[in-house]
Amino acid sequence: MAVRVQFENNNEVGVFSKLTNSYCLVAMGGSENFYSVFESELSETIPVVHTSIAGCRIIGRMTVGNRHGLLVPNTTTDQELQHIRNSLPDSVKIQRVEEKLSALGNVITCNDYVALVHPDLDRETEEILQDTLKVEVFRQSVATNVLVGSYCLFSNQGGIVHPKTPSQEQDELSSLLQVPLVAGSVNRGSELVGAGAVVNDWSMFCGMDTTATELSVLESIFRLNAGGIATGSSASSIQGENMRNVLIESMT
Amino acid sequence: MEYLSSPEENQGTPGKILCCQCGTLIDPNPANMCVPCIRTQVDITADIPKQGTLAACKGCERYFQPPGQWVKCALESRELLGLCLKRLKGLNKVRLVDAGFIWTEPHSKRIKVKLTVQAEVMGGAVLQQVFTVEYTIVSQMCDGCHRAEAKDYWKTLVQVRQKADHKKTLYYLEQLILKYKAHKNTNGVKPHHDGLDFYYGNEQNARKMVEFLTQMLPCRYQHSKKLISHDTHNNTYNYKFTYSVELVPICKDSVICLPKSFAHQLGGIGQICVVHRVTNFVHIIDPNTAQVAEINATQFWRYPFGTLCSCKNLTEFVVMEVETISNRTKFKGQGSISAKHTSADVYVVKSNAMGENPVHCRSHLGHLLSPGDTVLGFDMGNTNVNDPNFEKMKPESIPDIILVKKVYPDQKQKRRWKLKHFLPKHDTESVNRDYEDFLQDLEEDPAYREAVNIYKNVNVNVESTTTDDEGDAPKISLQEMLDDLAISEAEAEVDAAEWEDMDDE
Repeated sequence: MAVRVQFENNNEVGVFSKLTNSYCLVAMGGSENFYSVFESELSETIPVVHTSIAGCRIIGRMTVGNRHGLLVPNTTTDQELQHIRNSLPDSVKIQRVEEKLSALGNVITCNDYVALVHPDLDRETEEILQDTLKVEVFRQSVATNVLVGSYCLFSNQGGIVHPKTPSQEQDELSSLLQVPLVAGSVNRGSELVGAGAVVNDWSMFCGMDTTATELSVLESIFRLNAGGIATGSSASSIQGENMRNVLIESMT
Repeated sequence: MEYLSSPEENQGTPGKILCCQCGTLIDPNPANMCVPCIRTQVDITADIPKQGTLAACKGCERYFQPPGQWVKCALESRELLGLCLKRLKGLNKVRLVDAGFIWTEPHSKRIKVKLTVQAEVMGGAVLQQVFTVEYTIVSQMCDGCHRAEAKDYWKTLVQVRQKADHKKTLYYLEQLILKYKAHKNTNGVKPHHDGLDFYYGNEQNARKMVEFLTQMLPCRYQHSKKLISHDTHNNTYNYKFTYSVELVPICKDSVICLPKSFAHQLGGIGQICVVHRVTNFVHIIDPNTAQVAEINATQFWRYPFGTLCSCKNLTEFVVMEVETISNRTKFKGQGSISAKHTSADVYVVKSNAMGENPVHCRSHLGHLLSPGDTVLGFDMGNTNVNDPNFEKMKPESIPDIILVKKVYPDQKQKRRWKLKHFLPKHDTESVNRDYEDFLQDLEEDPAYREAVNIYKNVNVNVESTTTDDEGDAPKISLQEMLDDLAISEAEAEVDAAEWEDMDDE
C-alpha cells in the first residue's frame, strides 16, 4: 500500500524520513501532518519516531538502516542518539560512524540482507555496516551515479533504480541484490528515486506528485498491491504469504 | 576499485521506462515523460503571441518596420518573413528551426506564418513544436504618403514680394532664375499676388535661393519659423521655415523723388529722377542733367522713397523740338554723368491735345528724340502727387513734364526671339501689356538683357521681318540669341510640360 505524502510542500519525502521494517524515523517539521500520515499507517506495527540528526531535518539522507540496525553520522548529538536509542526497539543496534561522506543515506542504500555503497566509502564504515546492519556490502554505482542512496531504492521485495540505468546494469544489480529491479521515476518524472520515496516490505510513502503510473510501477515492484496487511488473504496468496512472513520476521 | 565505467561500456541501451503520466513504454529522458505528455504539460510557444499586426501603407504598399522605416516587400517574400518574425516577441526564448508562409488570399489582409520552434524543457528535454501566427494587416499611412495627402511637401518657403503695381521686376527675376538655374532644387513655384512663392524640401536650398535673390536684385529678407510638432522625449523639433524676401518696390521707368539728404549723398543728383534700370542696383538718372546714380538695397531701406508715377501711368507726348545741351556746367563733387545719354531741351505737346502750345522740359533722352517722335512722360504740372519728399521740394525746382522713354511703333509681330518661362501664363490683358513692356525693355537696353537667355523664334518668318520699315527701333541682334535645344518633338513637349514654356507668339 503506497501513500502519497508531502513534507511542508516538499515532495522529497525520502529526505525527511527513514523507513525500515522495524522502525520509522520522521523529521520534526513545522506541522504534524507528515508525522500523522506515517503514524496512522505504521503505528500499529512499528514505532514512528520524531527525531533530528545533528539538528537537521534531512534525516533520511543522513542515516542508513534496516531492521537490524541504524547508522548515524558522527555529527549526531548525544541527546539525539539517546532519544533514538530510547525510542527504537532493543533489537535495533544503533551505531555512530566516523565517515567522511557523512550523508550516509546518499552513499549507502540497503535492505535487510544487502547494501550498495558509494565506491569511495571507508573500509571501516563498510565493516561497521556489515556488523551492525548484517548485510553483504557491494561497492556499486547506478547509471554512472555514485550516490547510490539517491538513485536507487529497494526493499526485500524489489527495487527501483534510476530511469537511465541500462538493462544490463539492471540485471547485474538485480543479481547482486537478489531482488527484481525496475528502472523508473517518482514524483512525476524525478529520477531521484531514493530521495522521492521511502519503502519497507509492506508499506511505501512517496511524494505527492507521484503519478498513478509511477505508483502502479512502484506498487508492483515492491509487491504492495496485495491488498495490504490487514486483508492478507487476498487473491494473490503467494504475495500475501510473503508479506506475512516478513511481518512475522520483523516482529520477532 | 573502478567505478567510473568507461564510455563505451556506458553505451548500453538504457532500459525502457514507463512514461510517468500515461504509462507508455518510452526511452528515459530528462523529464521521464513521453512527448505527448510533455506537450500537455508545457507549451513552449506560450510566450509567443499567435496573432499580430503589420502596418502597411495603402498608398505605396510598403510595410512599416519599427521604429521608423517603411520597407517595400512582396507577399510571401523573404523580406516580409523577416519583418513578421521581427514583430514576434518571445522568439528569443526558443530556437527557431523553420518558418514559412501559409498561403492566404492576397486581399484578405491576413498573413499566416508557420513556425517551427525548439526549446529545452524540464531540465534538458528538447521539445519541438509547430504553430501558426496570424498577422492582420492594418493600413497606416506612411510619412511620405501622409505628406502627399496633406499636400505638405515642403519644409521651407521663400516668399518673394514686390509691392509695385508693375510686374516687370518679377518677369526679370523669372528670366534670371532660368538663366542661372536657381530653381533646380525647388519643389514648387506658385505665383502669388504681387510675388512668387518658392517651396523647398529643406532649408539649405531655400537659403541658397535667398542668397541668389539678394545677389541679383535689391531686396531684404526676414526669416521666421513655425513649430509644426515636437517630441519632448528626444528633443526634436519639426519646423516650417519661411523666408520673406521683399524686393525694392521700384520698377524700371518709374519717376521717383529722393529725400533731399540722400540726393545730396548721391553726388548732388536732382531729387526727381527716372529709374532707368533695376538689376542688383536701382539705376536712376536725373532727366535734368543726365547724372546717374546706383542705389543698393541697404541704401534704399535706409532712405526709403516712393514712386511718383509708375510706368503704367505715363502720358504720351509728341516731340516738337529738341535742342541738345552741349556743355553743361559741372560742380564740385558731382556724381558721374551718363555718356550714353544726352541732355536736351525738349518741347512737347500732349498727343491727345495737339495744337496747344508746346511745353518745355529737360530730358536725358536727347540722343534718341527728334521732332515728331512720340514719347512717354509724366505730366507733373497737372497731377496731384502724394509724396512726403515731393511736398518738401521748392515749387520752382519742380519741372512740368518729365520724359521717361521713347515710344516705338508696335513690334510685336516682328519679334524674332522668345523667352522661356516656368510660371503659368495668365492671359489677361493687363498681364499681357506688362509682359509686352518687359519685352520692349529688353530690346531697348542691352545691359538689361545681359542676364537673360534669349532664344531664336523659329516660327517667325525671317523674310517678313527683313522688310526695312522698322526705322531706328531697337532690336536684338542674332548673335545674342540662343538656339533652343529640342532634340525631338516629343521630348520637347515633355520638357515644356515639366517646367518651362516657350512663348508662342
